[in-house]
Amino acid sequence: MSVRVLYFGRLRETLGKAEDTVPIEASVRAIALWERLNGDIPLPEHTLVAVNLEYVKADAVVSDGDELAFFPPVTGG
Amino acid sequence: MIELRSGDFNPYAELLNHQSRLAGNAYGATCSFVGTLRDFNEGVSVEGMYLEHYPGMTEKFLQRIVQEATERWPCEDILLIHRTGDISLNAAIVLIAVWSAHRGAAFDACRYIIEALKSRAPFWKRETLTGGSSRWVDKNTDGYCKQP
Repeated sequence: MSVRVLYFGRLRETLGKAEDTVPIEASVRAIALWERLNGDIPLPEHTLVAVNLEYVKADAVVSDGDELAFFPPVTGG
Repeated sequence: MIELRSGDFNPYAELLNHQSRLAGNAYGATCSFVGTLRDFNEGVSVEGMYLEHYPGMTEKFLQRIVQEATERWPCEDILLIHRTGDISLNAAIVLIAVWSAHRGAAFDACRYIIEALKSRAPFWKRETLTGGSSRWVDKNTDGYCKQP
């Protein structure tokens, strides 16, 4: 069981990576996966979180096969 | 029609071309918004921009926002083109055009789409500044003018 984790924008540059694939043993909260993957870096304020292309809160539950994304406030248009 | 473009486009030619293919004459109002890359931001000269997006989620939210507009206002058609990648000065970043029977729906739907896009569609701008350094844009500004 695993979750694909994507990073965009400034966050991608800060972390020096565009994605992770992380094994999980059971469903887990998004913020817990952030801490497992980037433990020394607190989730920056105003970071947006998406699971399977939908916005969620940072404490949303992520399951096997989900795609999780962390990114800064959006600046299109 | 909704489209992401990785290269330059002429928004006015796109609008005319799309309008020429509209069937019938049910529209009496066309409202368009064109966003282009200006040469300054927050007091600093800007020479170019890179526009990152989230493939899959960006398209999904553009589709959803346009769908929301059509559910709120009676629109004959909507065209939305948004750039990705490297953008040069004065180049179009986004085109929104709404055709409707009357101006109210055209104005309101066009305004709704650009404001919703700016707050929800996953794009991120990184500006190239004079001298070659770059910086990420932190957030979009409020689109509404303060009353004098």
